Amino acid sequence: MNIFSKIFKFYYEGFRSMTLGKTLWMIILIKLFIMFAVLKVFFFPNFLSSKGDTKAEKADYIATEMEKRTINN
Amino acid sequence: MEELVLWSRAQFALTAIYHWLFVPLTLGLGIIIGIMETIYYRTKNEEWKTITKFWMRLFGINFAIGVATGLILEFQFGTNWSNYSWFVGDIFGAPLAIEGIIAFFMEATFIAIMFFGWNKVSKGFHLASTWLTVFGASISALWILVANAWMQFPTGMTFNPDTVRNEMTDFWAVALSPIAINKFFHTITSCWVVGSMACIGVSAWFLLKKRHIDFAKRSIKIALPVGVIGILLTIYTGDGSAYQVAQKQPMKLAAMEGLYKGQTKAPLVAIGLVKPHEKAMQDKENPYYFNIGIPYTLSLLGYRDIDAYVPGITDLLEGGYPTTDGSVPLSAKEKMESGKKAITALADYKKAKKEGNLAESNKQLEILNANYSNFGYGFIKDESELVPNVALTFYAFRFMVIFGSFFILMYIIIAYFIKKKKPYENYKWFLYICIACIPLAYMVSHSGWLVAEMGRQPWVIQDLMPTGAAISAISTSSVATTFIIFCVLFTVLLIAELSIMFKQIKKGF
Repeated sequence: MNIFSKIFKFYYEGFRSMTLGKTLWMIILIKLFIMFAVLKVFFFPNFLSSKGDTKAEKADYIATEMEKRTINN
Repeated sequence: MEELVLWSRAQFALTAIYHWLFVPLTLGLGIIIGIMETIYYRTKNEEWKTITKFWMRLFGINFAIGVATGLILEFQFGTNWSNYSWFVGDIFGAPLAIEGIIAFFMEATFIAIMFFGWNKVSKGFHLASTWLTVFGASISALWILVANAWMQFPTGMTFNPDTVRNEMTDFWAVALSPIAINKFFHTITSCWVVGSMACIGVSAWFLLKKRHIDFAKRSIKIALPVGVIGILLTIYTGDGSAYQVAQKQPMKLAAMEGLYKGQTKAPLVAIGLVKPHEKAMQDKENPYYFNIGIPYTLSLLGYRDIDAYVPGITDLLEGGYPTTDGSVPLSAKEKMESGKKAITALADYKKAKKEGNLAESNKQLEILNANYSNFGYGFIKDESELVPNVALTFYAFRFMVIFGSFFILMYIIIAYFIKKKKPYENYKWFLYICIACIPLAYMVSHSGWLVAEMGRQPWVIQDLMPTGAAISAISTSSVATTFIIFCVLFTVLLIAELSIMFKQIKKGF
C-alpha cells in the first residue's frame, strides 16, 4: 500500500469511527457555511472594490477620504 | 460618524471577546495534555493514557467550536475597516498570511493524528504530533500578536504616498519588536494560567462529586506547575510590557494609573477609586475619590529609575514635560497641526503628481515626511479625544493584577495541600473556589486585553491612524445588523461548547 493510500485510509477510518467528533464536525461545517456562504457573501463585501477597480483608483479614494475626514474636523 | 465608529468598534470587540473565549483554553490545555501524554509515553501506564484522552476530548471540543471564529475579524477588516486595511495591508498581510499557512498545515495535520492516531501510529509519533499541535497553535498566536503589537508600536515600515500605504521595509523589526516579544510571551503564558485553572476547576468538580478522585488529583498535580510557571512568566513579561508601554504609549500608562499630573518618584496605585467622568484635569482636582499608592514604584517599573518623571494625562496634552533623553515633547495641539499639515501635503502631493508638477510634488513630499510621525493627529477634532477611557483602563488593569495575584495564592494553597498530603477533596469550600476560578481566569485574561485595547484609544495605529479615520464610509445600520447576527451566532456557539463540554465532563474519564 503506497503512502497516499495509507494516509487516505488513516483519515477515512478516523472519520468513520468518530462518535463525539461527528457532532463537532457538524458544528464546524454549519459554522463555516454560515460564515462563508452567508456572512461573507451577503454582509461582508470588499468595500474598496466598489470604489475602484485598480490599485491607483483605490489609493486615490483613500487619500480623498482621509483629506475629507480632516476637512470635516 | 461617531455612531458608526461605536458600532464598528463594538462589533470588533464582540468578535474578539468571543474568539478569545476559545483561544486561551486551546493554548493552555494543550501544554497540559502534552505533559500528560509525555508521562504516559515514559511510564507506559495506561491510566495516564485515560487521563490524557479525557483532557484531549475537552481540548478537541474547544478547538472545533473555536476554530475559524477569528476569521470573522478578517471579514470586518475588508468591510468595516477598509481605510485601515488599505493603509496597513502590506504590513498586516504578511503576519496574517504566515499565521494562516502555519495554522492550516501544522494544526490541521497534527491534530488529526492526535485524535485519529491512537493505536495507529507509534506512541512516539503520536506524542510528537500532540506537541506539534500545541506548538503550531502557539506559533499561530505569535503572528496575530505580532500584527497587534505593530499597531501599538508601528515600526519597520515607510509610508508610500503614491499608494497611500505603509510598506514593510524590515520584516524582523516588525516580528521582533520589543512590544511584540513581550506581548507574545505575556499572552501565551497567561493562557497557561487559564488552562491550568480550567484543569484544576474541572478536577475540583470531580473531587466534589467524589468521582475519579485519583485521576482528578493527578490532573491537578500536572496543572499546578504549568500554572505556577505560567503566572511567574506572566508577571515577568507583564513588567516588560509595562516598561514598553511607558516608553511607547505613555498615555495608556497614565490612563492605567489614573495619573493626570505627572511627577517624579511616582507611586503605583495599589487600590483606588477614580472619578469616572474626568477627561483632562482642567480643574486641578484630585482625580481619585481615594487611593493607596506604593511609593516610587511607577517610576521604577516604567523607567527603571525611582527618580524618573512619569508624565500624566495633562502633561501629555500640554507637552514640554521632562524626558529621559532630554527632548521636549510637543503639545497635543502642536501634534494636531503637524498631522493636518501631513494630510494636506499628501493630498497636494497627489494633485501635483497628476499635474506633472515635479517641483511642487517634491516640496509637498518633504512636508509630508517631516510631519508623518504625527499623521494620525490630523484627524483629531479636540484634544480630549486623545484621552482613553481612564476609569475602564484603570479598573481593568487592577482587576487583572489583583486576581492574577489571587491565582498565585491559590497555587500556593494547592501546593501546600499536596506537599502536606492534606485530604483537600474533603474541603468543599476550597473546591468551590477552584471551580469559581475557571470563569475568573477568563475574566482576568479579558481584562488584560481591555487594558491593551481600550488604553490605546483613540488609536487603531499608534499616532498614525485613529479609529474615526480607519472605518469605512458604510451605513451604521448595516454594521448594527451584523453586530446582532454575530451576537446570536457566537452565543449559539458558546452554548454548544458549554453543553457539549458539560456532557463530556459528566461522562468522566
